[in-house]
Amino acid sequence: MDFKLTEKEEALKKEFETFFAAEMKNAPADFGNGGIESIYTSDEGFEFHKYMARKLGEKKWLSLGWPKEYGGLEATIMEQVIFDDVRGYYSAPGVDAFAVGMFAPTLLAGATEEQKQRLLPPIANGEAYYCQGWSEPDAGSDLASVTTTAIREGDHYIVNGQKTWTTGGHKAEFMFLLARTDPDSKRGKGLSVFHLRMDLPGIEVRPLAFMDGKHVYNEVFFKDVKIPADDLIGVEGEGWNLTRQTMNFERSGAGGFSGAKKMLEGLIEYTKSTKRDGQPLSKDPNARRKMVELYIASEVGKTLAYKIAWLHEKKDFMSLITAASESKLFSTELAQQLANYATEIMGPYGQLEHGEWSPLGGSMVELYQFCKGATIYAGTNEIQRNLIAWTGLGLPRLKFK
Amino acid sequence: MNLDYTKEQDMLRKSVDEFLSKECPFDDVREIEDSESGFSAAKWKKMAKLGWMELYFPEEYGGLGDPFGDVAIIMEEMGKKAFPSPFFSTVIQCGLILLAGGSDKQKKELLPKIAAGKLIMSLAQLEEEGSYRATGINLPAQRAAGGFILNGIKMFAMDANIADKLIVAARVGEEGIALFLVDAKDPGINYTKMDAIGKDNLCRVTFKDVKVGDGDLIGGVGEGWEILEQMAQKATLAKCAEMLGGCAESIEMTNAYAKQREQYSTPIGGFQAIQHYMADMQIAYDTSLYYMQKVAWMMDEGMDTTKELSALKAQVNEKFKFITERAVQIHGGIGTTREFNIGLFYRRAKAHEYIMGDTDYHYAKLAEALEL
Repeated sequence: MDFKLTEKEEALKKEFETFFAAEMKNAPADFGNGGIESIYTSDEGFEFHKYMARKLGEKKWLSLGWPKEYGGLEATIMEQVIFDDVRGYYSAPGVDAFAVGMFAPTLLAGATEEQKQRLLPPIANGEAYYCQGWSEPDAGSDLASVTTTAIREGDHYIVNGQKTWTTGGHKAEFMFLLARTDPDSKRGKGLSVFHLRMDLPGIEVRPLAFMDGKHVYNEVFFKDVKIPADDLIGVEGEGWNLTRQTMNFERSGAGGFSGAKKMLEGLIEYTKSTKRDGQPLSKDPNARRKMVELYIASEVGKTLAYKIAWLHEKKDFMSLITAASESKLFSTELAQQLANYATEIMGPYGQLEHGEWSPLGGSMVELYQFCKGATIYAGTNEIQRNLIAWTGLGLPRLKFK
Repeated sequence: MNLDYTKEQDMLRKSVDEFLSKECPFDDVREIEDSESGFSAAKWKKMAKLGWMELYFPEEYGGLGDPFGDVAIIMEEMGKKAFPSPFFSTVIQCGLILLAGGSDKQKKELLPKIAAGKLIMSLAQLEEEGSYRATGINLPAQRAAGGFILNGIKMFAMDANIADKLIVAARVGEEGIALFLVDAKDPGINYTKMDAIGKDNLCRVTFKDVKVGDGDLIGGVGEGWEILEQMAQKATLAKCAEMLGGCAESIEMTNAYAKQREQYSTPIGGFQAIQHYMADMQIAYDTSLYYMQKVAWMMDEGMDTTKELSALKAQVNEKFKFITERAVQIHGGIGTTREFNIGLFYRRAKAHEYIMGDTDYHYAKLAEALEL
């Protein structure tokens, strides 16, 4: 066993660190924890996301692992994990979760050559921003039961229906859409994947307010929207398989763990420099216990990220599915534990969102609210537990009607 | 990065598994637990032939010089079988103390005997207060002509009742802590087994005017705590490895049970509540195992692992208890019986929590190491 990075990997890590340390100085004052909320909830946030995307695109770091023929660097999995790790530590935006994280791998896996040549370069250059057209009011965990239709008519598909929880739908130029192309089909059969422009006639984006009033996600309504048939990705009717592959293109989750580590460092510093009842918060036994628990959880959780990289390298895809579910589950619950403990340690100050009295810029109470979504999106943690049980432990799968 | 074991390590693991599967089925474990000696001399003798006891000792003392990570593999497999033996007390704790602080003469005399399975040793450190810290060691060692005289009480001395020699941590007045080799059969020493959940050889040991010579000192007077701390690094890792073996076996047997036990005409493993418990158990185990592997590697690379070992022990303490509690829950009523094996692990999770420092001790140590 060997946990050492190679010299090349160490050098690359330093290069990433230098870049992010410098560029994050350009972040808007109120940028907060980074993540989806900071990118989508303000104009400045999204502008900074675009700024970083272009800077990263210049370095080809948005296409790190892609084949060279599509503008990639063919970086190893380990190198990609190191990138995620460092970027997560700095809570840096710029890597569009939907464009780079999900749609690009989908294109590489299932698109035609024409589509790859047309759609990949803008993503690699940090010029294309996407949202995800998956969930519907009646199709959340049971995504395969979507009812939005895309019916073929000549050179187009006509889309009718409604999507929900569309993060960044109000900012993105494009969407990748899962819709039913065979209206007589049920569940996973007869679904297809499309690329579409958000400015097409018939698309209406309606904001949904998050519990604190911020605008992150949306409902998106489709009324007779015409998508060119050239924008069908993969084979018509086989979109469910492609979508399941997309779900598996999870990054290692390394960013989540390093992000937690950085926040814990900030919390520790805060407790050492803040007094209550005659002593620094860091001397309070309850606070000490909480911070030690957080330290341990972030240390042991981090091992999952590198295990995923290793399993990927060995092409052990079954174990990879289990490990990815474990990582998503663990890192999101760690984030909630961090937000809970931090806001508890802060005493009544733990509830302040903004302003001169809010500790750590209100980032912990912001995390408390937004990380509640994290255990729900990208597959609820209950679904993740099901997957671990089914794939990892071989326990009987649920049978659907 | 390489997260696989070597072929040799896989072979070692397989050989330990094969030996223990054959030599110590769970019925034998229960028999040893119920015996007065808490020990099978016959099994110990057979084990001594396999080279495990000298595995990590340096070659100059009759050992094989293997990295300590290989010992962790043996401990894991022992943990899977809930195997009761003085291996941890003798080979790990006392072996490490001798290596860290013993004179060349002491090492040459004692280590080969341990390797041959001919010397059983026990560490007597904790006292009546039950503190893991240096300040918990107060048994007086009074200077006398040619040596010292020990008087006092030690508690939780594992395997002291079957030991040939003890290592006793004592305090030499203002001079600090010293470690002494003591003949376990000294007439001034009295043993009482403490009935404990682990059904192991935890002993209360009383010392009345027990004489030891200057040559029985391990290291110098005042160096005892440092030697114990050095031992504690690797011993903690070894104990965590054993506990993780117990976690693995608990998950495996519970998973097997859930797949075959039927209620409402269907295996209970199909119920979501059971599946979610199992998933939580698997994550608890996986994260702890991977972390143990990382810390074992750091240790073999010679890196400082003070923080990491406290984090590891606290983590494994809590997760072994969690996993075994859920495991018994999933087994239902039969999980609470002596006949079914899962109870062995439920009890061990609680017992092993206290060896090499409990969770609160390690939380405090970690807080100090993080400079909170």
